[in-house]
Amino acid sequence: MTDARLHALAAARWRVQVILTGTMISMYFGFVLLIAYNKPLLGRLLFPGLSLGMLLGALVIVCSWALTWVYVHWANTHYDAELDRLRN
Amino acid sequence: MLPLLQVATKIGEPNGVAMGFFFLFIATTLGITWWAARRTRTTEQFYAAGRTITPRQNGIALAGDYMSAASFLGIAGLVSTTGFDGLIYSTGWLVGWPVVLFLIAEPLRNLGKYTFADVVAVRLRQTPVRIAAAIGTLATVSLYLIAQMVGAGGLIRLMFGIPYETAVIIVGAVMIGYVLFGGMIATTWVQIVKAVLLLSGAAILAGLVLMRFHWSPTALFAAAAEKYGDGVLAPGKLVSKPLDAISLGLALMFGTAGLPHILMRFYTVPDAKAARKSVFYATGLIGSFYLLTFILGFGAMVLVGPDAIRAVEPGGNMAAPLLAEFLGGTPFLGFIAAVAFATILAVVAGLTLSGAAALSHDLWVSVIRKEHATAAEQLRVARIATVGLGILGVVLGITFKGQNVAFMVGLAFAIAASANFPALILTIFWRRCTTAGAVASMLLGTVSTLVLIYLSPTLQVDILKHESAWFPLRNPALVTMPLSFLTGIVVSLLTRNDAEALGFDQVARRMHLGSPLA
Repeated sequence: MTDARLHALAAARWRVQVILTGTMISMYFGFVLLIAYNKPLLGRLLFPGLSLGMLLGALVIVCSWALTWVYVHWANTHYDAELDRLRN
Repeated sequence: MLPLLQVATKIGEPNGVAMGFFFLFIATTLGITWWAARRTRTTEQFYAAGRTITPRQNGIALAGDYMSAASFLGIAGLVSTTGFDGLIYSTGWLVGWPVVLFLIAEPLRNLGKYTFADVVAVRLRQTPVRIAAAIGTLATVSLYLIAQMVGAGGLIRLMFGIPYETAVIIVGAVMIGYVLFGGMIATTWVQIVKAVLLLSGAAILAGLVLMRFHWSPTALFAAAAEKYGDGVLAPGKLVSKPLDAISLGLALMFGTAGLPHILMRFYTVPDAKAARKSVFYATGLIGSFYLLTFILGFGAMVLVGPDAIRAVEPGGNMAAPLLAEFLGGTPFLGFIAAVAFATILAVVAGLTLSGAAALSHDLWVSVIRKEHATAAEQLRVARIATVGLGILGVVLGITFKGQNVAFMVGLAFAIAASANFPALILTIFWRRCTTAGAVASMLLGTVSTLVLIYLSPTLQVDILKHESAWFPLRNPALVTMPLSFLTGIVVSLLTRNDAEALGFDQVARRMHLGSPLA
């Protein structure tokens, strides 16, 4: 009984891990591929002093942190609660 | 020909303020070490600070362990001389952290004790796994250590005017002092002090820059574009070969999750939940720091100027110190110089401790003594390993004097991504991973990375001055990381082991619920 629930929890955690890691990989490598293959696009100025490339670079940093918040929030609320139920 | 620039700078002259701050830092951290030494009586305290570090403290210490002088001085320098291209590094150095959180931090805390080999070996045969993991660890740690030591020697010579060898010996001696007497407790607090100093130093510097641009980063960037052309805000020559960029990206993203000194920090907190939270804090701090490098780099470009920066040091590494001198005079230069020194000390201390753990905990206690070593013996061996590694670091630092070792950090990340990370992922997440599979993956990951780096343009063209290189990529991770995964999978499938697969269910249980003893 516990094993089946642990199994389900492990599967749920695996889904979260895959989705978040996938998001991270596509975000960063999307940025790298743009640098490699579309330099003019990234060089385009949004307004004086800010190019699209710089904005995206800063966004990669901010979004990475946001993703860690998403995971920690999910784990603190859903994952830990289910673990507590399993322990008892 | 450009006229030789005469830059008015006090860099390289003995600086009273720098010395003052530096001695204050040494005195404070040695005081911490003395306090920590009285709390370092067991191996658990020596390697894992008695698992009493809070998530917030560990987050700051992780940031301190990770933000090296290379990122502070190197990235600021690169941005100040190339603009946008330097920022590619600012983002690259951060993106590994979410991966550490999503895949590694919690299983590591629940399955291991002191080293990442604990996790790989948990349901596999101890001896071969620990030997292979120790090889991967020591390769990563020594390459990283060489890069830091050579950087330290050069940096300190440049900033304080002390001879290179003396500087390397000072760093080695102080670092051995921290680790030998204060173990992980002292190392953690040195990293916390350093992280706070580095972040506040960078923040004050960025604040002083922005003050001159009406607190608007875009006004600063616009000033840079006006002076040096819109090109400084756009990708330039740095990424000319896409495959190189992807390969380096892979090494940075997945190497972070395989760095032994970073992984070891997750054992210092009480449980998996604390490990999780500490990555959140660390990512926030490191991310803010890299965002500050945008301001510092462009600030140095506009206020000091790329030519003046290159005139002081061709690599551009003195951009941040020059900017500090421009904005706050000699006293602020002294403060930033002392911060850079402190930065190196904290990183080498963490590296040495993780190398000592691989030698004593993985090799001596598990492989040679088959878990029969007494607690006192374990601690003694760990301390001998610390001194040995510290001396080795100094010797290597002096041996590689004057060599271009910047590539060694990228190489350390490539080994971490190709040897340590795949083995961790395979044993944690894949039932059918066997001892032979994990060992083959770790050994091949280490060896193939070293061989391909040797054959790469980084070594063949840049350092050995040959016409061409046999292997095209500057960082081999694009080949070696998939190769290591593939080897682990194929060898595991060929050496099917039902007993080891059965162990997976227990491991899966412990991975989520933690050790029944904890």
